[in-house]
Amino acid sequence: MSEHLDAMRNFVQAMNQGSPHAIALKMETVALDRDGATLRVPYDEKLIGDPETGVIAGGVVTTLLDHACGQAVHTGLTEFKTIATLDLRIDYMRAAEPGKDIYARAHCYKVTRSVAFVRAVAYDDNPDDPVAAAQAAFMLDSSKGRGFGANLKDRKGDQ
Amino acid sequence: MSEPTERVDAMLARIPYAQFLGVKIELAGDEMTAVLPFGMHLVGNPTLPAIHGGVLGAFMEMTALAQLLLTEGQARQPRVIDVSIEYLRSGRPLTTFARAEIKKVGRRIANVHVEAWQDRRAAPIAALRGHFLVTPTKG
Repeated sequence: MSEHLDAMRNFVQAMNQGSPHAIALKMETVALDRDGATLRVPYDEKLIGDPETGVIAGGVVTTLLDHACGQAVHTGLTEFKTIATLDLRIDYMRAAEPGKDIYARAHCYKVTRSVAFVRAVAYDDNPDDPVAAAQAAFMLDSSKGRGFGANLKDRKGDQ
Repeated sequence: MSEPTERVDAMLARIPYAQFLGVKIELAGDEMTAVLPFGMHLVGNPTLPAIHGGVLGAFMEMTALAQLLLTEGQARQPRVIDVSIEYLRSGRPLTTFARAEIKKVGRRIANVHVEAWQDRRAAPIAALRGHFLVTPTKG
């Protein structure tokens, strides 16, 4: 299990550094352990959603929560599997404070053969005073038979 | 009262995050389509490659906000209360479109459904249902 976690710590760093959108948001994984993953997006004026208040866009929180939930799934598995978000439900409790970094802490609480279930909170200072809370379901082995560049080919089975 | 397109364009131009994603609005009469041209900075999974799921969620959220502004008029930007996002297909390196349907607007709360697609309208890649805190100025 700890070997898997060590491998996953390297994997999530590679995932952050290899994902253009994670780079664009300057998203970082600050902790990865048996209980899940903690990620951070630093405050940046280009991510402001409400110009009157300077509050970061809800969409950034959405992306951070999706990314954190995905990484938490890897801590809940015992071997690496490709995953894809099936659904993501988010409650926005309050606006994030302008100027503060946003964190998300995600915990994978159940894994079945095909699906993983995750809960997460986004916060600026204190996880007990969340900005948003999320509940997500992920499909496991989502890329089975779909290798490198699969999305550059025509879609199958949609006709 | 300015033209509806100008009003929505002006709103998007003022939002740094909308500029960062590259969201645009097209109007055919009173029917609004939000457009997200593909850009490398939107990619979450570089091996497929696929647009980040969070970006699709954010794009659909913004579509709902723009639709509320366009249809209802808003004293201030609507606040998102909750969203439920369904991911149906992987977001390919193509232009993404979205259309919103306002299911109900009250004095304080609006319920909006959004659907996003790429090359085929009949094969949506994601859907969003959400509640928004609103301040309608019309009606």
